[in-house]
Formats: sequence, structure tokens, C-alpha cells
Amino acid sequence: MNKKTPLFKLHEQTGAKIVTFGGWDMPLHYGSQVEEHHAVRRDAGMFDVSHMARVDLRGNGVRQFFRRLVANDVDKLTVSGKALYTCMLNAHGGVIDDLIIYFVRDDWFRIVVNAATRDKDLAWIEDHAQQVQGVDIEPRSDLAMIAVQGPNGRDKTCVALGDAVKEASANLKPFFAVETNDYFIARTGYTGEDGFEIILPNDQAPYVWRALQRAGVAPCGLAARDTLRLEAGMNLYGTDMDENTTPLESGLAWTVAWEPKDRDFVGRKALERQRAQGVARKLIGLVLLDKRVLRSHQRVTCAGGQQGEITSGTFSPTLGCAIAMARVPVAVQTGDSCQVEIRGKQLDAKVVKYPFVRHGKSCLPDL
Amino acid sequence: MSEIPEDLRYTNTHEWLRIMEDGHIEVGITEHAQEMMGDMVFVELPEVGTNVSTGEECAVVESVKAASDVYAPVGGEIVEVNSELADAPETINQDPYYRGWLFRLRPVDQSAADNLLDPAAYEQVVASES
Repeated sequence: MNKKTPLFKLHEQTGAKIVTFGGWDMPLHYGSQVEEHHAVRRDAGMFDVSHMARVDLRGNGVRQFFRRLVANDVDKLTVSGKALYTCMLNAHGGVIDDLIIYFVRDDWFRIVVNAATRDKDLAWIEDHAQQVQGVDIEPRSDLAMIAVQGPNGRDKTCVALGDAVKEASANLKPFFAVETNDYFIARTGYTGEDGFEIILPNDQAPYVWRALQRAGVAPCGLAARDTLRLEAGMNLYGTDMDENTTPLESGLAWTVAWEPKDRDFVGRKALERQRAQGVARKLIGLVLLDKRVLRSHQRVTCAGGQQGEITSGTFSPTLGCAIAMARVPVAVQTGDSCQVEIRGKQLDAKVVKYPFVRHGKSCLPDL
Repeated sequence: MSEIPEDLRYTNTHEWLRIMEDGHIEVGITEHAQEMMGDMVFVELPEVGTNVSTGEECAVVESVKAASDVYAPVGGEIVEVNSELADAPETINQDPYYRGWLFRLRPVDQSAADNLLDPAAYEQVVASES
């Protein structure tokens, strides 16, 4: 029996096609994933992301705990509300999960981790917390989460949720969060558009969802979420990286804080070794020049016969062509031509920098 | 339950056939098939003049989610393809039984379509999959 979010009944009533995702029954789309995608790029769309796990860490030992637990440096968080994207690594430098850490106050941090990795993450965190004092771990299954994304997402949220939210969020900078009454409102997301992620009590979620819908925010499913995040060049855990790949092989070197040198985070020694020896593979962006769709596990042949593999691929509704992330040997360069094997044929593709799309606009060079 | 028009024949692989007045056979994919695949983004159609045999792969429909072969439900010569789909593949989602037709063929055997599924039998196929 799959888990259901507090919004499940509303999804059914709205005619959502439901799929299993990470042990949850979630909406895949409400009719057309492409229309939902465009709604987010051009106006405002919302996603039920209550399946993701929210966990509060409280106590005066939490900051010190995070210095050890994650590869990015929690000491970048000095202002209340600031968010940090990071990976949590195993001893080999492999990615256990990627997560966002919100700094609420000195003795209270909130994290959001992936649905499918929730139990594994919690076990890992609890295990490591045993070695330190002053860390209380509280999974917040009493809270739901709605992501409102798109150029009009913030305005429509304020219309739907009223003046208190409007005032509280008026000066909220990107990658910051603020608390107002029952709502924890973060200017974060997974689409490459502006917007909010709203964490709120389960029993209020249906009310807020309907209010957002009345304000003209389109319900969007996981299918649109995937095409949006891929256009935005954002990794998907379990697909673009996992426990067998390091951040350095996954386009996430920017999330590894090497300074201060004496911060001994889990996985640091392995990453330093890999960096010293030279990283063999990296993630690149691909654009297909043919009319087909790139998909994960398709084989990529680059200059000199170097082989790689697509980690995630899709049709980009914004660009009207297929795009992908692929893991290839480091010698492969932006602008290189390559071939992708699709249903027995070798089709031409181009290596590009990602993101592919940002704030509704193509980031691609002329191809 | 998705729409299954009474006047068409069907295959286990979710193609529909319409026998036209001139004896040609029009082929598309069913409403159930387009629902399962989701938003269509590319369509690859056969060349006019190609001879295809029964069960041969002769077109590809590709959605954001997946690519799927379309099989010739009966053997014959391709006489016309729906070239409007190149710029508007979503027509298959919007109107699978009319504007979303894929190709027309001149059957080798005029009665070949009689052996295919009638609407009731196709309904069983759909029911067994859902």
C-alpha cells in the first residue's frame, strides 16, 4: 500500500493520472504534461511535493554536526532563513542524497530530502548523530509541501494566501526562507523559475491548494517537474548521481566546500584522492539534432570513440528538441559533436553547457 | 473507459483501421494508446509507395514518455501519410480517430481486415491491460 499525501483526494478529483514514486501515490499529470510545463515557464504552476521528507534538527550541536555530515559548508549560513544545497556523502565520496538545509536559527535547522531515500537518509543521520551532543532529530510528517513555480508564482501565491504572506515574503531574496504564522515559505525550487516552496500543516494543505488554484496557479505533476528540472540543468538523485558516483563526477563540484581545509566532512578524503588523481568522468549537456527523444541509459559515442551514457534525457517542451545529461570521459568538450544510439540508429548530438533553459529563455548557442 | 468507435477494426497492439470508400485502409492508434503514451512529440511515417507486410513496423510515435512502433495491421502499399502530424504531433492526442490518422494503405487482400478485432474484442484487450 503506497503512501498518500494530504492532497491525494484533490489530485484524484482533478483527474490526475496517478503513479507510484518512491513508495508514494503521486500525480504524474492532470491531462497534458507539456501544457503543465508551459504553465510554469510562462505563468505559474504548482506541485505537490509532500512526498519529499522534511526533517527538523534542533539543539546547540546541530551546526557542528552538519560540518561533519555534508560536503557543502554549513558555515555559509549566517543569516536566518538562508538555504544551502548540498550532498551528503558516504566514506567513498558517493552521494547518499542531495538535500537543502534551511538555517532557521542557531539551534534549529530544517532539511528537505528525497522521498525514495528518506529512510536511508534518516538512518544515516541518526547513526552519525549518536556521536555528538545536542542534536535532536524530528521528521516532520505532520507537514505538507507545495511548490509554486513560474514568473507569476510569487504574485499569485500572495493573492491566494493574503496580506500576511505578502508582507512576510515581500523582501525575501532567492534561496531564503521565512516563517509566517503556520507557513514556512522558501524562495527555492526545482524548475529554473522563480517561485516559492511552501511548507505547511497537513490539514491546511487542501485549503491552500484550492486557494492557489482559484488564483490561477495550474496543478502540475511529476512528469512536468522532470522536464522542467532537466531544462534547468538540475540533477535528479538516483538518476544523475548515486552512491557510486561522487559530486565531482556529477556536475556538483560547486557544492563541495574544500575550505576550511580542516573541516573533516564524511567523504572528504575520498574526494581529495579523486581530485589529486584526476576525475575520469563528468556530466555534460547534450542536445539532439534529430527528431527523436533522448532517454536515460542511451549510449553516447564522442570524438575518438570515447564512450559515455545518458543519465537523464527528455523532450524539452521549451526548446522543441531532445536534451539530456550524460556522463562522459573528461576530455569531451563543450561544442563537440557526438552520436547517440537510439533504437539501433546513431543520431547526431551536440555537447552543450547546461542549464538549457533559465527563467523561460533558452540558454543554448545556435546549433 | 476510453472511446472505441463501433465502425472500426482494431489490433492487439492498439492500432485502429478504417475501411474507406475507395477500399483503402486508414490506420491510426487508439485513444487508449495515446492516453497510455501521453503528450506526443514526434511521428515518423513511412514513405508513400512502400510495400509493407502484415505486422511489419512501419511508423514510430514518440511521446515525452516513450517511443512506440506502429505495425502494419494488414499488408499492402502505403498510398498516403498524414504529413500534418510532423508539425502537430499532438493531434494524435487530441483526435486519435480522425485528424490523428497516420497512414493509408492499399491492402493486398481486401478481406484481411475482417480477421482483426471488432470493438467488443478490443475492449477486452484494453480491459485486460488496466
